[in-house]
Formats: sequence, structure tokens, C-alpha cells
Amino acid sequence: MDTPPLVAAIRFGNGRRLGEPLPDDALAWLDAQTVGAGPPLPWPEGYDTPPTLAVGFAIWMAQEANPPKPGEQSPVNLLFSAEQLAWAGHQLRSDEPFRDRLTSFWLNHFTVSLLSGLGPRVGVGPMLRDAIRPHVGGRFGDMLNAVSHSAAMIYYLDQDASVGPNSTLGKHGRRGMNENLAREILELHTLSPAGGYTQADVTEMARLMTGWGVQRKREPFDVVFTPTSHEPGEKTVLGRRFPEGGEAYAAALSMLATHPATQRHLATKLVRHFVADNPPPAAVAKIEGVLRDTGSDLGAAARALVRLPEAWAPPLTKLRSPQDYVLAIHRAVGGTDAGQFKRGTIILGQQMWNAAQPNGWPDTAAGWSGPEPMMQRIDVAYDFAARSARNDPMLVLESALGPLARAETRSAVQRSGSRRDALTLLFASREMQRR
Amino acid sequence: MSRSSHLPRIGRRGLLLGLTALAAAGGSRLAVADTRAPAAAGAGDRRLVVILLRGAMDGMHALVPYADPNYATLRGGIALPAPGQEGGVLDLGGRFGLHPALPTFHRLYGEGGLLPIHAIAGAYRTRSHFDAQDLMEGGGLERLDSGWLNRALAPLEAPGRASRAGLVLGLDLPLLMRGPERVGMWTPPRTARPEPDLYARIAEMLHDDPVIGPNVIDGLQGRGYAAEALATGAPLQMEGGFMRLAAAGGRMLAQANGPRVAALEIGGWDTHNAQTERMTPVLTQLDRGMAALRAQLGEAWAQTAVLCITEFGRTAAVNGNGGTDHGTGGAAFLAGGAVAGGRVLADWPGLTRDALFENRDLRPTRDLRAIAKGLLRDHLRLHPDAVAAAFPDSGAVAPETGLLRA
Repeated sequence: MDTPPLVAAIRFGNGRRLGEPLPDDALAWLDAQTVGAGPPLPWPEGYDTPPTLAVGFAIWMAQEANPPKPGEQSPVNLLFSAEQLAWAGHQLRSDEPFRDRLTSFWLNHFTVSLLSGLGPRVGVGPMLRDAIRPHVGGRFGDMLNAVSHSAAMIYYLDQDASVGPNSTLGKHGRRGMNENLAREILELHTLSPAGGYTQADVTEMARLMTGWGVQRKREPFDVVFTPTSHEPGEKTVLGRRFPEGGEAYAAALSMLATHPATQRHLATKLVRHFVADNPPPAAVAKIEGVLRDTGSDLGAAARALVRLPEAWAPPLTKLRSPQDYVLAIHRAVGGTDAGQFKRGTIILGQQMWNAAQPNGWPDTAAGWSGPEPMMQRIDVAYDFAARSARNDPMLVLESALGPLARAETRSAVQRSGSRRDALTLLFASREMQRR
Repeated sequence: MSRSSHLPRIGRRGLLLGLTALAAAGGSRLAVADTRAPAAAGAGDRRLVVILLRGAMDGMHALVPYADPNYATLRGGIALPAPGQEGGVLDLGGRFGLHPALPTFHRLYGEGGLLPIHAIAGAYRTRSHFDAQDLMEGGGLERLDSGWLNRALAPLEAPGRASRAGLVLGLDLPLLMRGPERVGMWTPPRTARPEPDLYARIAEMLHDDPVIGPNVIDGLQGRGYAAEALATGAPLQMEGGFMRLAAAGGRMLAQANGPRVAALEIGGWDTHNAQTERMTPVLTQLDRGMAALRAQLGEAWAQTAVLCITEFGRTAAVNGNGGTDHGTGGAAFLAGGAVAGGRVLADWPGLTRDALFENRDLRPTRDLRAIAKGLLRDHLRLHPDAVAAAFPDSGAVAPETGLLRA
């Protein structure tokens, strides 16, 4: 077994699936996953077609009319849970794990969370399928625009509550401006604080965005621009002037998407995610350059990432996040139980789409290590080892790690008195905890 | 008691944590098959429990041939003193003795309810844990997809019974109980945690990772596996998984309409080093589990047979680490009110160099299948065809007679 294809499956994928064929040409395999939109994602069970926003809103409305009895799962939560299982199930079986990793990366970049009400819960599936996934190999501007116009994000960061003070509705005393989404677009999604924007830019951006909201109780059951709540007049963001009207939002996003500060911010995050907790400056500069030269083409950035020498050597340095970890041990034994995967991520504190804050999940070892978190990983490994104990541990080791397995790990697994102990040791090994 | 010189594999870190002192066997599982048979069926109220000792119990450490002239020499530092001496074995009639951590077993022996069996092995001669466990549980000469105890359930089923045909306690169904007969599962409510010995091995394996290693050490300490525990002689954690499962199994088996066949397992037997220290807590768990099983069974104990088996024995001689390595012949225990015990069942081959199997292991003189077949025929009263289905290709191995009280 050649090491680079295996490193590709671990470092850029979600760990090798048991017995999964390894590509002859690791770079060609990775490149192919950055092109086009990829095959459609599986959608939640029980639906003939992927549930749209309108379907989610109908479920939400029905729930408002007929609230669930105490102890009963609410219909919206059932939909949300089904969306979680669909996305998890796809990743467990996927043979395009690099596309999945990129998708997860951008999902985390554009965090929405079930913690803030029903909107993100019904909106996250459509956001994944329609706003993120099609663009992981495309232009960042297109993804930013789609996400910023998605119901999940508009609800999550309160844009639906933002009304221009001098708009028709505003003058009738209907609420005021909410700059939450405007601020996070500048701080988290694009420029970052290093981009040097001011509070005035945030306020102007928020004024510019007023009118954008969600029409969930009547046609079109979608994100809409409502002129009567839009703040009149011209706005100035980062020194550029934008005319009154709904189109200014997309124009401002387009400007932000290719801003040098945005490109540096994205490059730093990508290199931190795929290479090292402390991103090597040369690697960041390389990716930043690619984004600059291509108008923030994320496919080009991804293809440049996999060509960074730092991304291949030394292998297995990044600590896997809990989701990545649980995914990797499931894939290592060919596991397909999305519910079991979800339970593991809940125990380890990283349930899908449940981040505490808009800056998403940590992407460094420091964010996930700690005595009890590490003990809980071992407990999850021990539990999952019992469920996987029909597998030959050495076969799993050879498939998942092959030549990357350290002698200490190999010997600990070999010398175990039971399959369960052997698999526990394999799952707990540093090679499985890192990528 | 000094331990430091016996623990090369657990290592300094595990020792610092006092993990070896707490190395009680946890990781235990229990499978129970519901074989509620109609009153007319042969088995009636008879109960059969099989306890899998996973990891290869050292038979000569549990059932000690203290009178063999070569025993003390071969065993060196791990030899146990003769009966009557301090820490000496519990005598079983002049030739063999039980490890002192097995007082319940010894009491049962005195009541005639324990039949220790020595120099026994399965039909296979592999020294691989996983191969041997699969063959022991499958019951065939080759690997099978189902277990002998599951296949033995079929004749006990009553036709037309609303069947949830059994119950497994634990997270995985052992091969022993897998197969065509339906067996349900029950998992203890709290997620099981690794036994301290496995924690120690994990900590040792991870100790040089700059992030994971120290966190695991701190995490173990946070969970009470602290260095101070060793220093102050904190009590062993004995409320472990096995005793809990044995008690639960006993409760269910005792019910009038409860299951009649159960399987449990207990790990922690793979004592390649520091065997003296590591065997005591595991044997204690086994002994207390047996006591719990008996207590919960109550009057049903009289109709019960409990078979304790392991995949193979260990080397006759002590190794360089105060432990023993994978071997061949070992020991088994048959306990229960239905058992004709109070004697040791052994064709003892002796421990001279020529007598040893491949010059290293206790030579097996008895086949595990003979014991199991004897139980299926005489205890569960299975038809010879059913016994043959449980143990295919075993025509030459006659069921052991006289295992049960008349």
C-alpha cells in the first residue's frame, strides 16, 4: 500500500472506509472532488424529494397550530434530526470525502445553530444542499451570496428582525435595525477584524441589508426583499457607495468576497484546518495568492491546498474534532449507523449544527483537548469497539492506518486479550485521534 | 507489597496512577436466551449459564497443581504457596488447590457444587486469542457464523410461542449466542467504561502524545485513578460490570417464566506480566459474580449448571515479566446445584518437560466439547441430533458422563 493515497484519505478525507479502494493518483482523486457540484446529497428519510424551505415552513406552521404534547418530539425537531442523520449517513458512506470535508469546513465557517429557535432548524438542510454544497468548488462570492440570502442564516443572526428606522414600516414604529448579521458577515464570514472595518461600516452594512427577511407564512414561503422595511438612501461601506434598494446587498457581498482581507482570512482558516493549528505563513501566502489571482475561486484554493508540501508531511498532526473522530472510527470499520454517529458526537460535545456561537466549532487541538474530553473519547471508543467487535482488529488497523500505524499501537492491538480491547486501543491511538 | 519490579508493560505511568492496584475486571457482558419451554419439555426448569473468560485465563494460577513436583520450579515467582501457608491455595483434596481469591468457589466445592476441570482445551491448537475464541464459541472445527449455545436453543423453543426468544445483556452479542435463534439484548443504562487495566494500557500507549497523553493522565486522575489511591490502599472497585451482570442474569433466570440459558463474559485474563497482581482482582470479580449469581438464583440454583471456559491456557513456565504467555491446556469450572462436584476432574499429564505440549504448555487431556456436550445431553436433555448440531464433526468426542447429580 502506497502511503500518499492513504494520507490523502486521512488528511483530506474522513479517514479510510474499511476496504475502500485507494486511488492510484492521490492528487487526481482530490482534484476531481473540487470540480462541479458533485452528485446530489441524500435527503432525509420519508421525503420523495429534498425537503425545501417551503416544506419546512409548512411543518413549522402545522406545529404552531397543533403544539406537541409534553414529552412528544416536535415535528420541526423530527425534520431537523432527519436532516442531521441524512448528512451524517452520507459522510459515513461517501466516496467523495474531500468534497465532504470542504462542505463541513464551509458549514462551520457559515455556522448556524439549532440553539437559536426553529428558523435555523428548518433552514439548515436547504442551506447545506442549495447554498453551500454546490459552491465548495466554485466562487466564494457565490457561496457567500447564497448563504447570506438563506433563511437559516437570516433567522440565525436576526436579520428577519431588522427594519430600517426611516422605512415605511420603521416610521410606523415597527421595530428597529438589527446589525447582528451585518457584523458577523464582516467579522466572521469575510474581512475579519484584521480587515480594519469600523463600526460605521457595520452600521452602514446593516442599513444596506434592511428589507431582507423571510416570508414564512404566505407565498413565496422563502427569503424575500420587502421594500417597505428597507432604509432609504445611499449607504457607504468600506468607502464604496451603494444605491438604495434590495440589490445593494448582493453588490456589497460581491465586493467583500474578493477583498484582500477576506482572502487572507479564508486562506488562514483553510490552512489551519487542513495543515496545522498554527498555519505556516508561507502556506497561507500561497493560498491567499491563489484566491487573489482567481477572484476567490474555492476550487482553485482547494487544489492549491492539496499541493502544499506542508499538507503531506509530517502526517497525522492535527487533532481530529469530535465529529471527525467519530466519523473516522465508524468509517474504519465500515459503520453506517448515522444514529450511533450522532450519539457519539453528542457525548463528545459536538452535535451537528449545535455550535454555541456564530464563530462555530474550534479548529485547533486546544479547543477540543482537556482531561475529561479525552476520557470521553476513550469511553466512546470503548463503547463503539463493543459494537464493532465482529471485526478483526488487525484488518481494521491495516485498512485504516497501514504503514502509518506506529509500532506501539500495532503491538498494543496485537497483544490484546479480546477484540473489544484491541479495537478500543486502535480507536484510542494517536493515529486515529489525529489526521 | 512491592509492585514496581513486576510491571514493565503497564509502565511507570500506569503504576503512578495506581491503575494496576485497581485492575479489577470490568468489561463484562451477559447474554441471556429466553428458552421458556413448555412444562412437558425435557429441560423443564434447568438453567445453563456459560461464562466466557476472555483473554485466556492461566489455569495453573486459578486451579493450582501445587502437589506436582515441577510446579514450584516452573512457576518461580508466581508460584502460589501450598495450603495452610500464608496466602496459600485453598485445598481441593491433596493435589490441587484454588487461588485464595476464590473463596466462593471453595465453599461450593465443599458443598459438592463445584467441579474443577484441568488440562482441558478446545479442538483447536491456535494461540491466537481471536481465532481461538471464535472456534471455542462456534463449536466447529472451522470458523462458523453461529455459536454452539445458540444452536442448542432450537430444541428448547416451543412452537407458536410469542417469541422474543432471548435476551443479551451488554453491547455486543458474543458469537457463542449468535445464530438462527432470536436473542434479544439489554444494555446496562450507564455506558460502560473500560476496566482500569485497559485504561492503563491506553494511557501507556498515548503517553508520548504531547496533547492527548497528559490529558489522559489528568483525566484518569480526575476520575479517581489517582496516585494517592495506591498510597492509601484505597479499596478495589468491586461493583464492576461483571458482578452487576451476574446478579441481573441470576434475577432473570430465577423467574418462573424467565430465560433458561444465559451467557456472560469477563475479560482481563491476558496476564503477560505482573500476573500475581493482575489475577487477584479478576478472580475476585469472578468469585463475587458467582456468589451474586447464586444468591439471585435462590432455589433455582439447585437446577443450575454454570460453565466457566476460556479460549486456551497459558505457558507452564513463568516468563521474564512475572507473567505467562499464550499456551494450550488450561482449566475450566463447572458450578451449580445440579452439578456432581466436590472432586477435581483431571487426567493430569504432569509437568515434566516431556509431558508438556510442544515443550512449553500444559498438555490437554480433555476436550471442552466433551463437557459442553455432556451438559447439553444430560442437563438440558437435548436429543443426540441436537447435540450433534451444536458441535458438528465431533462424533469422536463422547459427551462427558457423570457431570450432574442423579
